[in-house]
Amino acid sequence: MDNNILIEATALSRFYGGLLVVDSFDLTLKKGEVLGLLGPNGAGKSTTMQMLAGNLAPGTGEIQINGIDLLDEPRRAKCHIGYLPEQPPVYRDLTVNEYLLYCAGLHGMSRGHAEEAVGRAKQRCNLMEVDRRLIGNLSKGFQQRVGIAQAILHQPDVIILDEPTVGLDPIQIREIRALIRELGEEHGVILSTHILPEVQAVCDRVQILNRGRTVFAGNLSEIDSLEKTFFKLIYQDDPALAEQEGVE
Amino acid sequence: MSIIMLIARTEFRRMFSSPLAWSLLALLQFILAWVFLLGLSEYLTRIQPQVATLENAPGISDLVVSSLYLWAGLLMLAIMPVLTMRLLAEERMNQTLVLLKTAPVSVTQIVLGKYLGLLFLVLVMVLMLTLMPLSLMLGTSLDWGKLAAAVLGLFLLLASFAAAGLFLSSLTRQPIIAAISTFGLLIFLMVLYVSGNSQGAGSELFIYLSHFGHFLSFLEGVFDSSDLIYYLLFIVGFLLLTIRKLDNDRLRG
Repeated sequence: MDNNILIEATALSRFYGGLLVVDSFDLTLKKGEVLGLLGPNGAGKSTTMQMLAGNLAPGTGEIQINGIDLLDEPRRAKCHIGYLPEQPPVYRDLTVNEYLLYCAGLHGMSRGHAEEAVGRAKQRCNLMEVDRRLIGNLSKGFQQRVGIAQAILHQPDVIILDEPTVGLDPIQIREIRALIRELGEEHGVILSTHILPEVQAVCDRVQILNRGRTVFAGNLSEIDSLEKTFFKLIYQDDPALAEQEGVE
Repeated sequence: MSIIMLIARTEFRRMFSSPLAWSLLALLQFILAWVFLLGLSEYLTRIQPQVATLENAPGISDLVVSSLYLWAGLLMLAIMPVLTMRLLAEERMNQTLVLLKTAPVSVTQIVLGKYLGLLFLVLVMVLMLTLMPLSLMLGTSLDWGKLAAAVLGLFLLLASFAAAGLFLSSLTRQPIIAAISTFGLLIFLMVLYVSGNSQGAGSELFIYLSHFGHFLSFLEGVFDSSDLIYYLLFIVGFLLLTIRKLDNDRLRG
């Protein structure tokens, strides 16, 4: 197996009750790559991300993280994943330092290592000046940054970010995008969003989902206008919507 | 093991970083101190003169101490659901459970960690309560065996409450529902005891099933290993159910 492949997911499907949310989804992520998952609301982006992070088990299919099967050896595979869900999973009654040290401990780091890792993550996410404050008292943008710090703390090979720039101000968005680009150089990053310019700003490759299926996958450099491609594909899937919007 | 302790420690600390644990401990201590003083003055003014001449008269350990522990058990019927609802249901509602579920820790470690964290708080409560009977040592001598049985009995009773509450907390994402259903279950088990003792319809089985029957024999100073086994089975059973439920969550979402 090629050492550069960090995630290999094949034929993932997932039902909620009788509803098929993700339908035979394939994905590969290589080292040094930022992959954007794009799609309208309800396309199955978050479900896909949750399956890749090991929070949900796929109905069918297989996920290999760094060559380790996520379903057979979840604990070993999860060591290589950093995950930021839509809602940052922060405890509002802990301080930033306490929380990050706890996360480091969950990843099995010893006290000394943990402090070093927390210091590094705080620096990268610009959390130095709030590190003694309670997370519950921080603004949404800072909470989001704490969530990102938690995801990159243990220097995972794969970083999965579900809508990382929601609720941030324009300056913070720029900082976070720069951070994602930087992370993309040494790790592999998967990013979900429904903001097209965001994909253009940070991603190397894009995979567009609609109604649980991949409708497009390719390098960003190969298409001339992401926006055109996106709308064409979505409308193809849903003629009624296209008519309503006045597109042929 | 160290991960379990880490989760337990953080859980314990988080209870004290909000006013929750402080106010519950203060409330409990205040009410139980009142009950204790009431029992004590009753004993000194009314009961002691009556029984002083009897041989083998019931002492202060029988009358004051065991009723204090019974009261503590009854109060915790109402308080424990508030503590257990936080463990999983509230984490689910705040969507913080994801942190533990995507970290490289097993479901068993999560459940045991959370349970142990709560047991630490229970231990603090029982110890604070035990200071009251210990204060009697200033003026009299205590029946140590009886006191030890009462302490152990109360601890086991509360540990069983906590295990049942933890399981019900794993079933829902609404903390209030978790609290109400835990309260319902605990009261139901008490009603089983009452109905087991009722005239006519009484049944040994009901008494055996109820957690209160086993607690009462501890309060009488009887240490019966079958009572101990009942509590251990109760706790292990509910913890296993919780682990199964959390594990299943990944599949059902």
